[in-house]
Amino acid sequence: MKTYTYTEKKDTRSGFGAGLAELGRTNPNVVALCADLIGSLKMNEFIDENPERFFQIGIAEANMMGIAAGLTIGGKIPFTGTFANFSTGRVYDQIRQSIAYSGKNVKICASHAGLTLGEDGATHQILEDIGLMKMLPGMVVINPCDYNQTKAATIAIADYEGPVYLRFGRPSVPIFTPADQKFEIGKAIQLTEGTDVTIVATGHLVWEALEASKVLNEAGISAEVINIHTIKPLDDKAILDSVEKTGCIVTAEEHNHLGGLGESVARVLAQHKPTPQEFVATNDTFGESGTPAQLMEKYGLNANAIVKAVNKVINRK
Amino acid sequence: MPNIKELNDFTTQVRRDIIRMVHKVNSGHPGGSLGCAEFFVSLYQDILDTKDGFDMDGIGEDLFFLSNGHISPVYYSVLARSGYFPVEELNTFRLLNTRLQGHPTTHEGLPGVRIASGSLGQGMSVAIGAAQAKKLNNDDHLVYSLHGDGELQEGQNWEAIMYASAKKVDNLISTIDLNQQQIDGSTDDVLPMGSLRAKFEAFGWLVIDIEKGNDIEAILKGMAEAKSLTGNGKPVCVLLHTIMGNGIDFMMHTHAWHGKAPNDEQLATGLAQNPETLGDY
Repeated sequence: MKTYTYTEKKDTRSGFGAGLAELGRTNPNVVALCADLIGSLKMNEFIDENPERFFQIGIAEANMMGIAAGLTIGGKIPFTGTFANFSTGRVYDQIRQSIAYSGKNVKICASHAGLTLGEDGATHQILEDIGLMKMLPGMVVINPCDYNQTKAATIAIADYEGPVYLRFGRPSVPIFTPADQKFEIGKAIQLTEGTDVTIVATGHLVWEALEASKVLNEAGISAEVINIHTIKPLDDKAILDSVEKTGCIVTAEEHNHLGGLGESVARVLAQHKPTPQEFVATNDTFGESGTPAQLMEKYGLNANAIVKAVNKVINRK
Repeated sequence: MPNIKELNDFTTQVRRDIIRMVHKVNSGHPGGSLGCAEFFVSLYQDILDTKDGFDMDGIGEDLFFLSNGHISPVYYSVLARSGYFPVEELNTFRLLNTRLQGHPTTHEGLPGVRIASGSLGQGMSVAIGAAQAKKLNNDDHLVYSLHGDGELQEGQNWEAIMYASAKKVDNLISTIDLNQQQIDGSTDDVLPMGSLRAKFEAFGWLVIDIEKGNDIEAILKGMAEAKSLTGNGKPVCVLLHTIMGNGIDFMMHTHAWHGKAPNDEQLATGLAQNPETLGDY
């Protein structure tokens, strides 16, 4: 089994900051907007190097989404930055009408997604954003897994014409994807080959899936781990090809099981190849205060939870 | 100097278009459309400096954004009669597969429209973004926007109003259609907003009133003054005092025709008050 190791941990939001800084140097049409969270979104480097292309909006996310839509008229490629909660639910109608329905080339970049922002609690955590955004016609939804992939995704979406939701987080997580790996929107990445179960994971749960696969391997279970960094458009073929071999699947995400990656996968399977599936996701609940590790343990979003789900789904084959 | 009689004749035809469009599909918003007919005609026939044809980026030309998208009938009529798309297409207003959706959208690729509107309160933010893009592009053309007065009850406007002055967006002229009516009654009955002039001024805007908002000469004079105020570090607000339903006597001075179509008899009456000038579509 191919195994993955890491030498460094970093937050995915810093990958966004690094990608944005690089875009600042390479693409003169890229502009950035922020609603009073520059430091949290790691946007300082871009701002220092391109002050004329940065718009500090203040604490006014609705206005930010509208201004971003307007900036596209004139050929700019706006990247908005705020927490995932304030990038989606708070401004859903602004995104829906002024960006998605209007077909505007806005990149909605959302940090502190999921439970892992930790102690701030449920008002600042969001476990519904993937569902909200994937339901908008034409919206691309991306949730990269580590620093390198978040940086690559940030750079890649500038070359894609159309609205994108890019979701990342606050905690330091292992860097295990190659720094030079090109990011292809909608193209899943198979991390390990396996024959007994498919594990498709997104975001922070990809590393947890790899950790789970090591434990499973020791128990004689061969897991195929797939990194689904793009939830929409979903790589149906990668999922179907894998379950053809394994016959069962576990989906893992830092999100509500309602509306998340798991439901998207279930739709594909129900249409093309009904397959036993278990969901590693939160169960229709808000989060709460705590450390990221405590929260991921309490809400069942770590390697242990994935191992349990695998054992359950294999018995359903 | 534009020929005022020609613009008035143009407006008469636009009024016919509005009530014919709304009557045909028995839906749509004639009241606010009629109230802004003179403004739209002045804008597209004289005020806006536009290029031939249409492209989304609009670099090197003035831009206009309609925030209160429900007055799409007047927008569509004036766009068509200003050459953006065939006038005959007005026949398709609100019909299945039309580019002339109930509320304006870019989704079907209708030339002249750069943003979807209808869900209220979003247009000023968009106009500000477009104005800031013009500054980045060293494009000295202006951005115009139109908003309902009732629409200012949406909070996003006040985020935008605060931002525009703070960031010195001085290539923007936002006009408020001050007809003092909204769906449930007069704005004073529904939610009194006090002095809009005082509010905009307190937020750092330059404000002018056009007291006769249904008089083309007054509109041209007022908008010229507004334009002269641009480039001075502050955004410009025009309070356009209009009469909802203007030009059709039984629709005037009431919110009753905000979103209601005339019946056959009412249509005939309205058309008789506005004889054909440019030719019906």
